Amino acid sequence: MADQQRRHILSVLVENRSGVLARVAGLFSRRGYNIFSLAVAPTDDERFSRITVVVDVESAPLEQIVKQLHKLVNVLKITELDPSDAVERELLMASVTASATTRGQVTELVAIFGGTVVDVGPEHLTVCLADEPRRLDDFEELIRPFGIVELQRSGQLALAKLETRAPRLRRVSDRSA
Amino acid sequence: MKLTGAQALIKSLEAQGVEVIFGLPGGAILPVYDPIIDSPIRHILVRHEQGAGHAAEGYAHVTGKPGVMMVTSGPAATNIVTPLADAYMDSVPVVCITGQVGTGSIGTDAFQEADTTGITMSITKHNWLVTDPADIPSVIAQAFHVATTGRPGPVLVDIPKDVSNGLMEWYWPEDPAAGLPGYRPTLKGHPRMIKEAAKLICDASRPVIYAGGGIIRSGASGLLRSLAELTGAPVTTTLMARGAFPDSHPLALGMPGMHGNYAAVTAMQKADLLITLGARFDDRVTGRVDAFAPLAKVVHVDVDPAELGKVRRADVPIVGDCSLVLEELVEAVRAEWQRRGENSRVDLSPWMAEIRSWQQRYPLRYEPTEEGSPLKPQFVVERLRELNGPETIVVSGVGQHQMWASQYWRFENPNTWVNSGGLGTMGFAVPAAIGAKVGRPGATVWAIDGDGCFQMTAQELVTATAERIPIKVAILNNAYLGMVRQWQEMFYDQRYSEVYLSPDLPDYVMWAEAMGCVGIRVESPDQVDVAIQKANSIDDRPVVVEFRTDAREMVYPMVPAGASNDDIVVGPTQGEGGH
Repeated sequence: MADQQRRHILSVLVENRSGVLARVAGLFSRRGYNIFSLAVAPTDDERFSRITVVVDVESAPLEQIVKQLHKLVNVLKITELDPSDAVERELLMASVTASATTRGQVTELVAIFGGTVVDVGPEHLTVCLADEPRRLDDFEELIRPFGIVELQRSGQLALAKLETRAPRLRRVSDRSA
Repeated sequence: MKLTGAQALIKSLEAQGVEVIFGLPGGAILPVYDPIIDSPIRHILVRHEQGAGHAAEGYAHVTGKPGVMMVTSGPAATNIVTPLADAYMDSVPVVCITGQVGTGSIGTDAFQEADTTGITMSITKHNWLVTDPADIPSVIAQAFHVATTGRPGPVLVDIPKDVSNGLMEWYWPEDPAAGLPGYRPTLKGHPRMIKEAAKLICDASRPVIYAGGGIIRSGASGLLRSLAELTGAPVTTTLMARGAFPDSHPLALGMPGMHGNYAAVTAMQKADLLITLGARFDDRVTGRVDAFAPLAKVVHVDVDPAELGKVRRADVPIVGDCSLVLEELVEAVRAEWQRRGENSRVDLSPWMAEIRSWQQRYPLRYEPTEEGSPLKPQFVVERLRELNGPETIVVSGVGQHQMWASQYWRFENPNTWVNSGGLGTMGFAVPAAIGAKVGRPGATVWAIDGDGCFQMTAQELVTATAERIPIKVAILNNAYLGMVRQWQEMFYDQRYSEVYLSPDLPDYVMWAEAMGCVGIRVESPDQVDVAIQKANSIDDRPVVVEFRTDAREMVYPMVPAGASNDDIVVGPTQGEGGH
């Protein structure tokens, strides 16, 4: 996991049309920055989508990227969410080896984390868990010894905590200062 | 009224007030070329798509109106990538229409297919792939709206062949912005920030106005003059702002930057306030950023919020259009003085006296031509300037000739200087001059070009002859890629690598005549005026004057790349070879 200071969550409200994701992603890739995770889906208003993007970037270049994002014609609004002022969730699905002897231990672990078993095979279980990304990391560590056949995470979603009003971009120090 | 997509496209361009399209047809754009025959819009057939793009830019540069280019898919679209990138860097409003293979063939590696919107995504302000003929009028209206508002720039509309062949019911959108919920440029400056800026201006004892291309794009030259004359602050005009402030004005300092004059560069270095208007602290202006204008507070006005704080922190950042902000700022400065009392005005005369002393000590200069030796390029520019009025439109390519033109011409009017600043596109001059002449047919248009640049796009002179666009081209032929040679001389121990071009190959006079132009060769100072006067007297065809110039001549002053502007080298006598 990236250093907390460099990890930024951006919530970007965009028009729901083709090519928008490429425009947004291009502003990161042309500068050589990696997008750590990405989640995109239409909002309650189907004309718009929300992109939740987690990036590993210093604050100063991020400020410039955010300004460039604002210039994209299809982008309506950008919010940077401070992890301490946001609720974050991510979905994890994993197919895990679960023989007759270990099956009980796997389901117990899933139950402890509040996950569910979504598919059952003779030698495997597919389990599903939605939680904070860090809890998913913990779960992943604990389930790994049983044998992960396939694992997929959704990328993180985040919304501002209700008590924090109007989340704004955090001030970042200026490069030339 | 039922129209084909192609008819709707041309009708939309007419509705948008387009007078001229620079283009070249091909397979995927064929349907659109049919209704052009019946349209009042003039089409100028270029010989290479890059020429169409630069011509549209030249047209936009001198008229302030959006230039329009139209080409087919695939290789035509990739050929026009350079002009789009050029227009993006210099904020030139242009609209590019490209043909595309049919929607059913997109993504199948069809003949002449390229991912045009993908390729141009990062070099246009916005682009559109139209998939329904019914969308054409609204997309065209949006395209012109985006290209010309806020920070201007290039846009591209990609139209598949089946979309231009398809039928639609004609309409014209009332509000182009209606379909653009995410596009709302801020034009009016924040009143509190403008007040803050006025305070800094009234406090300053060593102010400099740092005017950029935004002044020209926003049509704010008159207001810039008002601010300068009101405050008494001297004005530097960047490469993109040459002409935004008259060079003959007592407060004009000319061009700053890597090849700026000593007084302009040094005034900015010593300033206590930079009033930055539509400029972007480009590396060619600042030199080493942490050593640039170290004592100055910064007021920064730009219509693009992303420019504020990008390179240099602004003490007072103002997002807004230069014209609207300057109007308010002039009033705010007056109000601030009134508040403080008229005798509180800071005396700027010691500052101006210091600047005058720099101007006297370090004027632009070069060694005059010696008897029997080749022409000095600066002398050629000076004679062109003297034998043409300040209404003349000057177009240049990129390199030494561009710097000499920007240094030695005296610009008096905005939109009379057309060049490729940000991208530095060699070969810009000839096609851009064609576009400029089409936009301002009454003006004399001189392209001051280099021999290297000329060879890149000279074939557009065929276009100029065929379309009766009588531009004039002065080639400063030093037989080298001169700017590269200069850097090899100064920074690579005079090891000249792949920069020699030969003075005689091609034969520029024969080449010009083969393209239907008048060709003139000038080899000595006494022939210079005669040739220029002859060129000026010809108005029925393009003229190419080849001046054989001194290859050893270098552009000075110069701030070496990566150095501080304090380390400006004024001439060859200062340190061996400029080291």
